[in-house]
Amino acid sequence: MSAILPPSERVWWKEPLDRVELLWIVIALIWCLVMFFMMPYWHIYGSQNLANEAFRTSAESYVKKTDEMIAKYKVREEGGDLKIPVVHPPVGSDVYLIARLWQWYPILELEAGKSYRIHLMSMDWLHGFSLQPENINIEVHPGYDHVITVTPTRAGTYSIICNEYCGINHHTMSSKLYVK
Amino acid sequence: MATNRMFRTCPSTGLVFHEPAEKLMKANAVVAVVFLLIGGLLAIGVTLTRWQAVHWLAPDRFYQVLTAHGLNMLVFWIIFFEMAVLYFAASTLLKCRLATPSMGWVGFWLMLFGALLNNYSVLRGDSSVMFTSYAPMGAHPTFYLGLIVFAVGALVNCFVFFGTLAVAKNERTYHGSVPLVTFGAITAAIIAVFTIASGAIILIPTFLWSVGLIEHIDSLMYRTIWWAFGHSSQQINVSAHVAVWYAGAAVVFGAKPLSEKVSRTAFLLYIFFLQLASAHHLLADPGLTSNWKIFNTSYAMYLAVLASMVHGLTVPGSIEVAQRKKGYNNGLFEWLRKAPWGNPAFAAIFISIIVFGFLGGISGVMMGTEQLNLLIHNTIYVPGHFHATVATGTTLAFMGLTYFLIPVLFRKQVMFAGMAKWQPYIFGIGMAGVALFMMGAGTLGVPRRHWDMAFTGNAMPYEFPGTAWLMMGLMGISALVAFLGGAMYLAITVGSVFFGKSIETPGFKHVRAADGVAPAPQPVAAAAGGHGNVGSWGMVAPGTFVLALVFLGAFVLYYFVNWKYLSQVWPLR
Repeated sequence: MSAILPPSERVWWKEPLDRVELLWIVIALIWCLVMFFMMPYWHIYGSQNLANEAFRTSAESYVKKTDEMIAKYKVREEGGDLKIPVVHPPVGSDVYLIARLWQWYPILELEAGKSYRIHLMSMDWLHGFSLQPENINIEVHPGYDHVITVTPTRAGTYSIICNEYCGINHHTMSSKLYVK
Repeated sequence: MATNRMFRTCPSTGLVFHEPAEKLMKANAVVAVVFLLIGGLLAIGVTLTRWQAVHWLAPDRFYQVLTAHGLNMLVFWIIFFEMAVLYFAASTLLKCRLATPSMGWVGFWLMLFGALLNNYSVLRGDSSVMFTSYAPMGAHPTFYLGLIVFAVGALVNCFVFFGTLAVAKNERTYHGSVPLVTFGAITAAIIAVFTIASGAIILIPTFLWSVGLIEHIDSLMYRTIWWAFGHSSQQINVSAHVAVWYAGAAVVFGAKPLSEKVSRTAFLLYIFFLQLASAHHLLADPGLTSNWKIFNTSYAMYLAVLASMVHGLTVPGSIEVAQRKKGYNNGLFEWLRKAPWGNPAFAAIFISIIVFGFLGGISGVMMGTEQLNLLIHNTIYVPGHFHATVATGTTLAFMGLTYFLIPVLFRKQVMFAGMAKWQPYIFGIGMAGVALFMMGAGTLGVPRRHWDMAFTGNAMPYEFPGTAWLMMGLMGISALVAFLGGAMYLAITVGSVFFGKSIETPGFKHVRAADGVAPAPQPVAAAAGGHGNVGSWGMVAPGTFVLALVFLGAFVLYYFVNWKYLSQVWPLR
């Protein structure tokens, strides 16, 4: 019962290793290094990386920018009684998406194959931007304007749901995103 | 000396119990199991709501029950049991009196009071903020206060543990180095101190914020520091349950670690590279650079992953060597075929190792990769991961230890022995199913902590694919199996401890330490080459090596499948 007794060899740190352990340690270490290098590798050769672009800002100034964008590029309203504006912003522009209890605002309409600078920020608590069925998931903080440059690849109607628990109506926080 | 130095020697194992330590171990273990019972009952509500075909609880009740389930399982059950493990590893394994048992009781009552206070706040209904309690979502002040008091109690107990180590060294109750299991427990306790310090740094300001003394808690700061507490608390579990794996191999098989050097170094890697690892929770957050994320999620080499891969080899490897020495030396796997599959202590630990490695370990590393995290962040994949690591890995290892402790510590015969044989399989397979199907649903985007995947009544609902619904249904069915296994465990432990037949111990005697506690173990002459001439291919444990390669193959395949999957989502930069 040696693991629950003091080591039988007083100088246990000088005992030789068996081949099985040595070989496994070498293999495992190589694999660990491969896994580490995959991350910087993907930053250079891969296309799916989160930007390091984020700004501290206030809810008021973020709402102001969002409202200006809506005023300029609103194409219609949706969501029944909620009358959420649908915005078709120009290609390559700054697109603002508000996360708040319990709504994504406004609805975005983008073009496939074109890039947009999408801003994400919460007005209150933490929210989780979850684009389905594409399955892109990003944490949305209050006070941090997070900019991601996105290129939608396929046309279709996508959903944005909230996947960071944000209180009693968390499960009602879902919206649409159109790609034309 | 006024100190109580009463000891008893367990006649069947020769282990020495210091009576004040024994009382504390019993109290902590019993309270732990009570919290497991509470957490298990709450789990029924969680499962039967998330299983969309049943969808039992109303949303407010669901979020409340989920909060309480997380806290009672991830914190109260596990940490109480770990306190018993710490006392066992220090006092019993070192044959030493417990330092300041009265402080151990102070710690115990603080922990119990804190746990009850926290449960009270959740019960009030205004603190359904989940285990993570992310500011600026606020809970009732007693929520934070309960956790703080609990943590102070746990800290006191850690220092009772450290004090006991010092006493053992001073009084020379052991020779040479501490046993490997004690070394693992020390690792757990050191990580616990770091964990509690991080918890204090974030929870004390949050408490002050909740009573109105601080105006603002930054959400990113909260998440960064909170996870140094939240994830490290689970690293205590890893260290503790790996120590329990080694203890199980030693108790059931008389297994000797393949090499003390390797196993101890692996524990040391946990201290250096595991406890700070909260960065993998922040991979999808703004305000932190990729450099910071990549470095801190891996420390450039994933050395904590390496440590777990080493333990995953050395524990079964030591079992293999012990079995081969007993004569089960044919072929690659005779040692495994002839293992005592009907012994619940072994079965629990073996399933714990397999599920922790294959489901918990691989999924954990995948999630902790900067870019891959995008695919599963905050989906139900995440609880899938930790139901493999904590709910199966740690919990099942502790269950296995209980089967050993009932006769040894509580001096009771294990009741319902026939049922006990099956319990680890039913719980382990059920919980592995829960983990696996949650991961499946998470891969399809099903969110965690979410009352309604049907989005009923929403103006703009999302329709999940049928497979996601199927996965959630299978998760529910697996959970029912796991509940059965959990109920069997509770029936066996509660039955044995409170109503079981006492073991009459002819060898039972109180021994004063002054009269000589117990003879120091005689050094055993090691066979040449460390483990004698068992095994093949120049390896002492070739069967384990093959299993390890199977694990590596699964790991590599799954890892790159996810990169492939990532390469197909919308380009982002």
